[in-house]
Amino acid sequence: MSQNHLTELAVEVVKRALAAGATDAECTVAEGEEFSANVRMRELESLKEAGSRGAGVRVLVGKRTGSTSTSDLSPDGIARLVASAMELASVTNEDPHVGLPDPGEMGSISGDLGLYCKDVAGLETELKIETARRAEIAALDTDPRISNSEGASFDTHAGRHVFANSRGFCGAYRTSYCSLSAVPVAREGDSMERDYWDSLARGFAGLEQPEKVGSTAARRALRRLHPTKVATQKVPVVFEPRVARSLVGSLFDAVHGMAVYRHQSFLAGRVGERVASEKVTVIDDATIPGLFGTSPFDDEGVPSRRTVVIERGVLKSYLLNCYAARKLGLKTTGNASRGLTGNAGIGHGNFYVEKGVESPDAIIAGIRNGFYVTQTQGFGVNIVTGDYSQGASGLWIRDGELAFAVSEVTIAANLKDMFLGLDAVGSDLEFRGSVAAPTLKIGEMTVGGK
Amino acid sequence: MEFSESIFASRFNLTRQDLENYLAEALSHGGDYADLYFEYLLTSSIGIDESIVKSAAQGVSVGVGVRVLSGERTGYAYSDDLSPEKIRKAARVAAYIAAGPSKVDTINLKDGPRHDLYPVLTAPSDTAFASRVELVRRADQAARAYDPRIFQVQAVYADNLRHVMIANSDGVLTLDRQPLARLSVSVLARENDGPPQRGHSGGGGRVELSFFEEEKTPEHFAREAAREALVMLGAVEAPAGEMTVVLGPGWPGILLHEAVGHGLEADFNRKKVSAFSDRVGERVASELCTVIDDGTIRSRRGSLNIDDEGQPTRQNVLIENGILRGYLQDKLSSTLMHTAPTGSGRRESYEHMPMPRMTNTFMLAGESDPQDIIRSVPKGLYCVSFGGGQVDITNGNFVFSASESYLIEDGKVTRPIRNATLIGNGPEALKYVSMVGNDLELDEGIGVCGKEGQSVPVGVGIPTIRIDRMTVGGTA
Repeated sequence: MSQNHLTELAVEVVKRALAAGATDAECTVAEGEEFSANVRMRELESLKEAGSRGAGVRVLVGKRTGSTSTSDLSPDGIARLVASAMELASVTNEDPHVGLPDPGEMGSISGDLGLYCKDVAGLETELKIETARRAEIAALDTDPRISNSEGASFDTHAGRHVFANSRGFCGAYRTSYCSLSAVPVAREGDSMERDYWDSLARGFAGLEQPEKVGSTAARRALRRLHPTKVATQKVPVVFEPRVARSLVGSLFDAVHGMAVYRHQSFLAGRVGERVASEKVTVIDDATIPGLFGTSPFDDEGVPSRRTVVIERGVLKSYLLNCYAARKLGLKTTGNASRGLTGNAGIGHGNFYVEKGVESPDAIIAGIRNGFYVTQTQGFGVNIVTGDYSQGASGLWIRDGELAFAVSEVTIAANLKDMFLGLDAVGSDLEFRGSVAAPTLKIGEMTVGGK
Repeated sequence: MEFSESIFASRFNLTRQDLENYLAEALSHGGDYADLYFEYLLTSSIGIDESIVKSAAQGVSVGVGVRVLSGERTGYAYSDDLSPEKIRKAARVAAYIAAGPSKVDTINLKDGPRHDLYPVLTAPSDTAFASRVELVRRADQAARAYDPRIFQVQAVYADNLRHVMIANSDGVLTLDRQPLARLSVSVLARENDGPPQRGHSGGGGRVELSFFEEEKTPEHFAREAAREALVMLGAVEAPAGEMTVVLGPGWPGILLHEAVGHGLEADFNRKKVSAFSDRVGERVASELCTVIDDGTIRSRRGSLNIDDEGQPTRQNVLIENGILRGYLQDKLSSTLMHTAPTGSGRRESYEHMPMPRMTNTFMLAGESDPQDIIRSVPKGLYCVSFGGGQVDITNGNFVFSASESYLIEDGKVTRPIRNATLIGNGPEALKYVSMVGNDLELDEGIGVCGKEGQSVPVGVGIPTIRIDRMTVGGTA
């Protein structure tokens, strides 16, 4: 469907909901096309290609809500969508904080945000397969110990997103991305290790060269060979950017407005207080052109913006949708997020730690005995208490240098202490996804091992 | 269920001849095999928060996935529109992978066998919403009534009803109707003005709504969640380093899922990227350990009458008295490895290619009294409940995070400890199993397994076991 058709459909669904007795309504219509090619051991392994569409509506009947979604966009399907939502609204309770954004809060930021690249749609299948093949061959050719592989993939996605509500908001945008990844396996004697590297961009031209993706993945797998399990001890821990991202993701979970109003976060009630070291500034910015967390408006029709979450260690703001904002007596920060339907949740734009001044090498050079973490494993992060305990692997730091591979150990501390004790922030910030961080050093954590 | 009675025949007007034609189209460029996976999925969920039923949602999705296998190659396409032209287009896109003459001549679809493991007359999704709303309301009230220190309660009831129809170029047509329901409760407890602690519980299966009225009530899950949160109020720092660990029965079976289950999925072993590759017949666990993956247990969350490639599920022995016996196979891997399929081909939806997956994974009971197992440990950890787990199948390292566990001191369970991750190595960890209890339990029915971006419901189970050596990721 064209963008106009999708927009007309969204507006029509809202109208029908009002006609059915809703006092307010919001509708999302989305359409996407995906393609994926996998190459393994130099041969094409799989191709996948398809498109899909869907629509969702959320109705408000006074202070009650009901939400439905469907992939059936026929007139019958749309009629059922609206009727079911109305029926659902009758089984929920009145919630005094429910409501659409105030008229003054709605809108969209203008200008080209660089979310869609035409080149993605026109790529020849052979080129896509060849790109994946080049990445995998580069990995396999890096070293004779790279004797096996889980393959390399090239993926593209192009989509349209439309949102309309009964207060007059109607917005639409197009997105695209492509990604290239490689997962080589290194083997020597009894030791076998894999790792990956990937590159993600809005358009084909923005991807890293396949040879770089493949050889980076191979070097990462090779350096994991023959790991040691170290003794249990307390040491400084350095997170490389790829894993520092997951640490920053936990910080997002802790400033998530819904978790805050439910007291489900160790950062609830702490705005204005010092929650991290002075070296830490955390930003959420959904307005940076071309990045993966960028959008013109959020999933309630509120314009995207830049929010300072932590400024030099002091907690400045939570991330909020309209509901969480009303619960906390604050204003939305434009962070509403949802799929096709449902009460809005909260998402982030580009959520990142501002870069510091030290090079990663300098950070490592300053450590006599410590752990450089390149992978974390598990779900051992408790946002309620801040307790953090994860499986980890990486490289041991001895006298300022990366000395040997380490695996099958744990790292543990409390997030409160970890952010307050974050004593070095690297200069190597790169946006490889919608959460980003440079190299981060935590003053002390417990490494659990032998 | 007969084809003619299925939703695909009655509502979408598909005929056997149509299916045969689409399969022929999929094989028009060649290839060894093709299949069609039709899915009609109804989902609904109801949520309560702050004693207010804040959310009620329902979704409908329908689509078909077309797959063509040619040697080691897979072509896949899907459509969310079941019109003939869209299905034909998907078949042609999937066909692109193959070249040369097809190995399949004519296709005459015959009905394939299947189990009858969930004879649910009325699927929960076909009951009145009001009766499902009542479940979350009861959970909310029971959790709050349990103790005044419980100050936040969230409960979510979710169900779905999946109609599937699978037709393949081997000439087999299978249909299934797969109900699934789950109730989960999360609470926060606080003492005086101290920091909050959370508790969680939930369960369900391929059951009728009466399951939540008669077998596992909202009050049962609510009290369990509240009890866990209150226990955690008194938790002390977790220890760090290697120690003896005792796992309680039931959900701690997630150990098996992570430590051995994933590593035994045939795709990884065919490609020789698993820590268990080429190790069938070798000792990978102590002789006390027999580990089964069984998709045929009545009404369980991980059970299926047929897998998502149309094969009846089976009881598969993975490890027998410590010796590795076999892998979990799907169509592609079993063909390439020249072995029988094991009914383990699963997928999240019609948008996804099937791959080998677990169903219900558990360890058979042993002979030890669970109390004797705890008494045998001078100093260690007793783990009762877990959050999620994860594994690196190549080096075999796995983790799982303990959400309720206690210190064992001088053979007695003493203080509760704060959340900690446990880490081990798959092919090694079970060699340290020195006692296996006589108290096998399956979990309550809440597990979701993720692999390569696809989520499927699974079950786990284990008796009380003693593991002499495992690394605990605490801070003390």
